[in-house]
Amino acid sequence: MSSVHVTTTINGDAVDFVCNADEPLLDVLRNRLGMTGSKEGCGTGDCGACSVTIDGRLVCSCLVLGAEVGGSKIETIEGMAKADVLHPLQKNFIAHAALQCGICTPGFLVAAKALLDNNPNPSEEEIRFGLAGNLCRCTGYDKIVRAVQATAKEMRGA
Amino acid sequence: MVEVHLWGALRPIVGGAHSVFVDARNIRELFKKLGEDYPSFEPHLKRGVAVSINGKIYRDMWDTELPGDAEIYLLPRIPGG
Amino acid sequence: MPLDTSFVARKFKQIGTRPLRPDGLDKVTGRARYGADYNAPGQLIALVLRSPHPHAKIKKIDTSKAEKLPGVKAIITSADLPDLTNGDRGMRDMLENCMARKKVLYDGHAVAAVAAIDATTARKALKLIKVDYEILPHVTDVDEALKPSAPVIHDDIFTDGVEPKPAKPSNNNKRATFGHGDIEQGFKDADFIVERSFKTEQTHQGYIEPHACVANVNPDGQGELWVCTQGHFVYRNQCAALLGMDISRLRVTASEIGGGFGGKTHIWTEPLALALSRKANKPVKLTMTREDVFRASGPTSSTSIDMKIGAKKDGTITAAHGVLRYHGGAFPATWAEFGAMTAFACYDLKNVRSDSIEVIVNRPKTAAYRAPSAPMAAFAVESAIDELAHKIGMDAVDFRIKNAAKEGTKSSYGPVYGPIGIGATLEAAKNHPHMKAPLGKNQGRGMACGFWFNFGGQTCTDINVTPDGSVTVAVGTIDVGGSRASIGLMAAEELGLPYEQVRVVIADTSSLGHNDMTDGSRGTFSTGMATVAAARNCIKELCKRAAKMWDIPEDAVEWVDGMAKPAGSNAGNFPPLSIKEIAAAAGNTGGPIAGHNELVADGAGVSFATHICDIEVDPETGLSRVKRYTVIQDAGKAIHPTYVEGQYQGGAAQGIGWALNEEYIYGKDGRLQNAGFLDYRIPVCSDLPFIDTMILEIPNPNHPFGVRGVGETSIVPPLAAVANAMSNAAGVRMTHIPMSPPRVLKAIEALKKH
Repeated sequence: MSSVHVTTTINGDAVDFVCNADEPLLDVLRNRLGMTGSKEGCGTGDCGACSVTIDGRLVCSCLVLGAEVGGSKIETIEGMAKADVLHPLQKNFIAHAALQCGICTPGFLVAAKALLDNNPNPSEEEIRFGLAGNLCRCTGYDKIVRAVQATAKEMRGA
Repeated sequence: MVEVHLWGALRPIVGGAHSVFVDARNIRELFKKLGEDYPSFEPHLKRGVAVSINGKIYRDMWDTELPGDAEIYLLPRIPGG
Repeated sequence: MPLDTSFVARKFKQIGTRPLRPDGLDKVTGRARYGADYNAPGQLIALVLRSPHPHAKIKKIDTSKAEKLPGVKAIITSADLPDLTNGDRGMRDMLENCMARKKVLYDGHAVAAVAAIDATTARKALKLIKVDYEILPHVTDVDEALKPSAPVIHDDIFTDGVEPKPAKPSNNNKRATFGHGDIEQGFKDADFIVERSFKTEQTHQGYIEPHACVANVNPDGQGELWVCTQGHFVYRNQCAALLGMDISRLRVTASEIGGGFGGKTHIWTEPLALALSRKANKPVKLTMTREDVFRASGPTSSTSIDMKIGAKKDGTITAAHGVLRYHGGAFPATWAEFGAMTAFACYDLKNVRSDSIEVIVNRPKTAAYRAPSAPMAAFAVESAIDELAHKIGMDAVDFRIKNAAKEGTKSSYGPVYGPIGIGATLEAAKNHPHMKAPLGKNQGRGMACGFWFNFGGQTCTDINVTPDGSVTVAVGTIDVGGSRASIGLMAAEELGLPYEQVRVVIADTSSLGHNDMTDGSRGTFSTGMATVAAARNCIKELCKRAAKMWDIPEDAVEWVDGMAKPAGSNAGNFPPLSIKEIAAAAGNTGGPIAGHNELVADGAGVSFATHICDIEVDPETGLSRVKRYTVIQDAGKAIHPTYVEGQYQGGAAQGIGWALNEEYIYGKDGRLQNAGFLDYRIPVCSDLPFIDTMILEIPNPNHPFGVRGVGETSIVPPLAAVANAMSNAAGVRMTHIPMSPPRVLKAIEALKKH
């Protein structure tokens, strides 16, 4: 099994790592870089718990190889808050109780941020379809959608 | 002396009766007496039964008292999810 | 002195407010640590080899090639897990389910496990293990398994509950009956009767976090386990028993849990991780793959139910009879019995009977799924009730109101009810704005009721007052959905302190006495009770210290609004002492201040709900969409209303998924075809509307704050609410769950032909 040396940027920091050629980015993040914020719910790209953005594009990190991200800009949940200032989405997820067990929350936050970055004024339907790649089993999505709506409004007004 | 109602699965043990009279003041004595009078009760008591006293369901406390005029039911010990 | 846990009506200062949860920050930043987020230095990675056959004898397992692979440190089979269960069938079945012994009993049944230096090596090793199977005939359907032609799975199981005891073994491990009155006469008195058979397919709790643990067993026999679980004390007791360890030598730390819903109340791979660690003398990390979770953890039963209900033309139900067939997977269980107990619980019936038939099939071992066994029974009952109301020409809600159980009703499972909320939820439903919302083309509205028990159980709480007067509350009940906030509120309320001054933590198994699992909707109810008791003990101690500081007798001090005050003017003219001041002097007055409580929170109540559903059905494709959904449920007292709403919405969403899409699909070969989230389709964000909730508060007389457990009931009504809505939308009475588009389309086309 060949190893690959990768140089990339994660949450604004220069990072380099060595990984197997067939190793998913998710495993690199969690096992080699100690970044356990992205979760493995299925390993097959069906649940979105491993969501990250690569060069601004929302992806399931379990479907991307570590070997593919050289020279890219990766954003994970760990980079969402700036020092001790939460992103408005993070603040509103807590305020609106948009999480119960919280396992899907990092994935939802990354996906919701990607949604709002591209569409600052989404309709309810656009939010629901924009987040349809993230599974939640606890909340029924109600408070998640409300948290995203509240955030969008706040970020437009601010 | 209290009257203890049994659910269907327990009735064959007491010859088909829907209830039995037991001389017991609390749950522990009730289980002890039932086990003594009807040895076939033992595996059920071991697996766990719940006791309903006037509609309140008790699953554990042996020294819970059985008031003489109370409505007492032995029920399956229900799991939760 | 026994704790008085009766409800006392009062005005609450904190309870009922909606503060932020203490673990929220960690969870939105990715810092919170779940089962798979912990790594032990020098750990090995474990993987499990699973049977591809639904039923087969294990002739031979050859691990020799795998053992020689560089990087493999330990391999186990059932030979490494001796049977120490000493005649306890339940524990023996648990052991056999963790790893197959002489036979494999379902597709996915574990046969061996490997611990290696990394996952790649472990995967290679699995491929090198050779298992010789002798394939046996299998059966996976609950009705097929009862036929005389079906292969008998266990030759030592004879039907319990029938007289005389059968001579031949069978797949029907038990029968039981509940009910009272004379149903034959009752049906004779009926003017209208509905008689139907229903089927529900198997579903999984679908928690997003797969089971994961890190096990470490030292040569001296002491062990540690990090694991995601609904009950770390129960896991500890069971793992220790299966591995032959003293309970106190195994310390279990619960990670944050990424969903459980009953599926994490049972051990699956944890004993394997411990056994591997013991053999390899290194820490072992074992995470289940998503495919393994579907194939080999604990889904719920698939069922087959016959329902017959009769009523007079004035709407009085005269008789009800249900026959319920449920399976426990490959091991004997009593899931049908719980369905039989709850089926008719919402109603006041003079003549009622439910018969339960327990079945064994070649499927994974059934575990609890949020109000286990109730949703299927409610589907059958509430569908028949709806059809009966329609036949009589009565409104669906009014028909139920007329027959609803109330305080004093003899329940269908035996005992007489105390104060209950079914009537209130029905009245609230009748008057809810949802009922007046306009319906469009191909849309229909349906409603249904549901019921679930909740219980108490063993609970232990420690309250400690720190030197600066802030308070820590250590509990042993796992927080699945935000209960830390509710417990904090209850402690703060009782102590008279601001919520921010109280910090709640989940302690590990070495730090507290035994605590039962978080299941049965018991978390807030029983931990709340123990917390209130511990707080009262703490207050006694605080008053004692204040008395010392003032040099007055203990009973001359009372605790008011978070302060010690002299009780009455004779006691002395002292300004009140805050908890901060008392804590600062603690070293002089007797040492650290604590309040502790162990209790069995027994005598829990029951929780009722009514749901309303609007659905739109496309008659050309059978695809349906829920347009509007309302949950009305009695919570007794909502400690933190936002989290109660969350429980209502989550349970409803699971029920909707169960009703419309989710099912285990087994092929003729007895293998699970859809062991992944792509084809086991749970609801996604775009499938659902906002879920409206209404919390009723009819205080539970057996809890100091009136709390009723709420976590489970909300999964009970949706199957029928959705089916009844579909009946009104498309004119078809669906009797097979899930009501997936192909099934709905078939029913619509059949209707068109007539």
